[in-house]
Amino acid sequence: MNIYVLLKRTFDTEEKIVVSDGRIEDESAEYIINPYDEYAVEEAIKQRDEHGGEVTVVTVGDEESEKQLRTALAMGADKAVLINTEDDVEDGDQYTTAKILESFFEDKEADLILAGNVAIDEASGQVGPRLAESLGINYVTTITALEIDGESANIDKDVEGDVEKIETALPVLVTCQQGLNEPRYPSLPGIMKAKKKPLEELEIDDLDLDEDDVEAKTETIDIFLPPEKEAGKVLEGEIDDQVKELISLLKNDAKVL
Amino acid sequence: MDFELTKEQTMIQKMVREFAENVIKPRAIEIDKEALFPLDIFEQMGELGILGIPFPETYGGSGGDTLSYAIAVEEVGRVCGSTGLSFAATVSLGASPIYYFGTEKQKETFLRPMAEGRALGSFGLTEPNAGSDAGGTKTTAVEDGDDYIINGEKCFITNASFAKTIIVTAVTGKNNRGKNIISAIIVPTDTKGLTVTSNYDKMGVRGSDTAEIVLDNVRVPKDNLLGDPQKGFSQFLYTLDGGRISIAALGLGIAQGSLEKALSYAKERKQFGKPISNFQAIQFKLADMAMEVELARNIVYKAAWLKDHDKPFSKEAAYAKLYATETAFRAANQAVQVHGGYGYMREYEVERYLRDAKLLEIGEGTSEVQRMVIARQLGC
Ligand SMILES: Cc1cc2nc3c(=O)[nH]c(=O)nc-3n(C[C@H](O)[C@H](O)[C@H](O)COP(=O)(O)OP(=O)(O)OC[C@H]3O[C@@H](n4cnc5c(N)ncnc54)[C@H](O)[C@@H]3O)c2cc1C
Ligand SMILES: Cc1cc2nc3c(=O)[nH]c(=O)nc-3n(C[C@H](O)[C@H](O)[C@H](O)COP(=O)(O)OP(=O)(O)OC[C@H]3O[C@@H](n4cnc5c(N)ncnc54)[C@H](O)[C@@H]3O)c2cc1C
Repeated sequence: MNIYVLLKRTFDTEEKIVVSDGRIEDESAEYIINPYDEYAVEEAIKQRDEHGGEVTVVTVGDEESEKQLRTALAMGADKAVLINTEDDVEDGDQYTTAKILESFFEDKEADLILAGNVAIDEASGQVGPRLAESLGINYVTTITALEIDGESANIDKDVEGDVEKIETALPVLVTCQQGLNEPRYPSLPGIMKAKKKPLEELEIDDLDLDEDDVEAKTETIDIFLPPEKEAGKVLEGEIDDQVKELISLLKNDAKVL
Repeated sequence: MDFELTKEQTMIQKMVREFAENVIKPRAIEIDKEALFPLDIFEQMGELGILGIPFPETYGGSGGDTLSYAIAVEEVGRVCGSTGLSFAATVSLGASPIYYFGTEKQKETFLRPMAEGRALGSFGLTEPNAGSDAGGTKTTAVEDGDDYIINGEKCFITNASFAKTIIVTAVTGKNNRGKNIISAIIVPTDTKGLTVTSNYDKMGVRGSDTAEIVLDNVRVPKDNLLGDPQKGFSQFLYTLDGGRISIAALGLGIAQGSLEKALSYAKERKQFGKPISNFQAIQFKLADMAMEVELARNIVYKAAWLKDHDKPFSKEAAYAKLYATETAFRAANQAVQVHGGYGYMREYEVERYLRDAKLLEIGEGTSEVQRMVIARQLGC
C-alpha cells in the first residue's frame, strides 16, 4: 500500500503564546509535530506493518520542519518530503497548503492519505478535506478506528462523542482524531536509523507552481489573545441563600438561565 | 568549537525526556518511599533501546554515542535518581566492560541481552574491606581445570538482585613483583554457590537495588575471564572512568531538576506580600544554581565528547564526576532551602533529590578519590 501522511510543525502545546504588533512571537518557541498528525503517523505505520507498502510523510513548511520529519522517520515512516516554501510564500493559508499538496499528489498513486483532524495552531481542519476534494477521492474526517480489507476501508468516525460507522473504498483520505491510537515514542534504534532514510526537499517551483498560484484566499486582519480569566467568586452565607444568589447571578449577570 | 547537539542527540534528549516525564516521574515518590525497584520501567526502557544507547547495532545496541547516553542519564536523573542510578550502572558497569574488553563470544552471549534491553547487569568490585582501596580485593578465583572457582564477598552492588550477570573482580594470582593480580570474571547470577541478598535500608536512591553478594565455591568456565588476565586492574580503572561520566550525568540531572523545582516554587510562593523570587537572597541562590548547572553540563558533555573522539578523558571524567555530583548536592540542598518547611516534606520531592545526590559523592569513587585521581593526573 502507498501510504502518505500530511504533517505540520506546530507550537509546543506547553508554549505560552505571546502576541506583539499583531504577530505571534515565535523566536524562542519550541516546536513539535502537530499532536493529531502524530496519530496519523502512528496509524500509517500500523497499516503498513499490517498490509505492507511504504509510508511517506509530507510537510509544507520551512527548513526547520526537517526536525519533525526526522522524528516521524524515527517513529518508523520510510520516507519524508519537505516542501520548503520559505522563499516563495509569505502568508499562506489553508488554500495555499492544499493547492501545493494537490500538485504534489498529482503524479502519486496514493492508496491512503492520513492527516490530523486539525492543526492545533490555526485549527481550521481544512487542509485534508480540501486536498481530497481536489484529488477527487473519498475522505472521512475525525476517525477513531480504521480497518482496511482489500479495496475497502471500514472506519469509525467520531461525531461529537457518538460513533458513525462508515464503509468506503480506497483511495481514501482520513483525518485522525484522539482515541485512534497511542502514538509510539521513537525508539533509539529508530532515531539512529532516521538519518539514513531518504528526505526529499522540494520547492513550489519543482511542482510547477508559482507564487500567484498559491496566493492565500484569506487575509488575517488581527491577532489577539482571549481576554484574561477573571478571578472567580466564592459565595458565602447559608446554603439556601447561596443557592438563591447563584440562581440570580446566572439569570441576571451571566444571562444563561 | 561547536556546542550544538546533533539532530540525533536532540531527538534522543526529547524522547527520553518525554518518557521520563510521562512514565517515570509519576512513580518517583512511590519508588523512593517503598524502596521498590521499578523493573517494569526498565523493561520499557529496554524495548525503546534506551538501555543499549552506546553499543553498536551489531551487538544489539542502538548505535548512539557516549554523549547521547549521558544526555539520557541526565534526563532520567532529572525526575528520578533511583532509576537513573540503576540505568547508569547497568550500562556503564554491567555491560560496557564486556563491550570494551570481551571476546566476540562473550559479547554475543553476555552483552547482546543487555544491549537489546532484555537483561540487566552488575559490576561487583567493592568488598566489606575494599572500597576506595579496590586494590585490597580479597575475593579469589583459583584455576581448576577449565574453570575458575571463586570465593569471597561483595557489598553495595547495584542491580545485583535483578541482574543476569555480575562482573566480579577477584585475585587470580601474583605478578613477578609479588603484587596481587586482579582480574574481572563474568558470573551469571544463576550459578551455583552465588547468593545475592538485598536488605540495605538506604538514605537515598532507595528504589535502586543494592545488594550483598556471597560467592561460595562458585564455578565458572575460564572462558568467562574478561579481557587480559594480567590487566584486570587497569581495565576496571578504564571502566570506572567511563562510569564516572554517567554518574556525573546523573548528578547533572538531579541538579537541573532541583533548579527547576526551586525556580518555579520561588515564583509562586508569596511571603511579605511578594513572590520570594523577588528577594535578592533567593535570587542569588537561583543564580548560583543555574550557573553551576550549566558549568556541570559543559564538563559532563566535554568528557563524553572526548571519549567519543577516542581522546584521553580520564581527568575530565574525574572533573565531571566531582563537579557535577557536588553541584547536585548543593543545588538540591538549596532547593530544599528555597522551599522552606515544604521542602522538608516528601511530597515536594526536593528532599529526595538531596538524599539521592548524596550517594553520588560516594559511589563510583568518592569525591576524595576523584581529587586523588585529578592530583595524580597533575603529576603529584
Ligand atoms: C548505593 C550504592 C551503590 C553502589 N554500587 C556499587 C556497585 O554497583 N559496584 C561496586 O563495586 N560498588 C558499589 N558501591 C560501593 C561504592 O563504590 C563504595 O561505597 C565507594 O567506593 C566507597 O568505598 P567505601 O564505602 O568502602 O568507603 P571507604 O573507602 O571506607 O571510604 C570512607 C571515607 O574515607 C575516604 N578515603 C578513603 N581512602 C582515602 C584516601 N586515600 N585519602 C583520602 N580519603 C580517603 C573516602 O573518600 C570516604 O570519605 C555502591 C555504594 C552505594 C552506597
Ligand atoms: C519539621 C518542622 C517542624 C516545625 N515546627 C513548627 C512549630 O512547632 N511551630 C511553628 O509555628 N512552625 C513550625 N514549623 C514551620 C517553620 O518554622 C517554617 O517552615 C519556617 O519558618 C519557614 O517558613 P515557610 O516554610 O513558610 O517558608 P517560607 O517563609 O515560604 O520561606 C521559603 C524561603 O524563602 C526565604 N524567604 C522568605 N522570606 C524572605 C525574605 N524576605 N528575604 C529573603 N528570603 C526570604 C526563606 O528563608 C526560605 O528560604 C516547622 C517546620 C518543620 C519543617
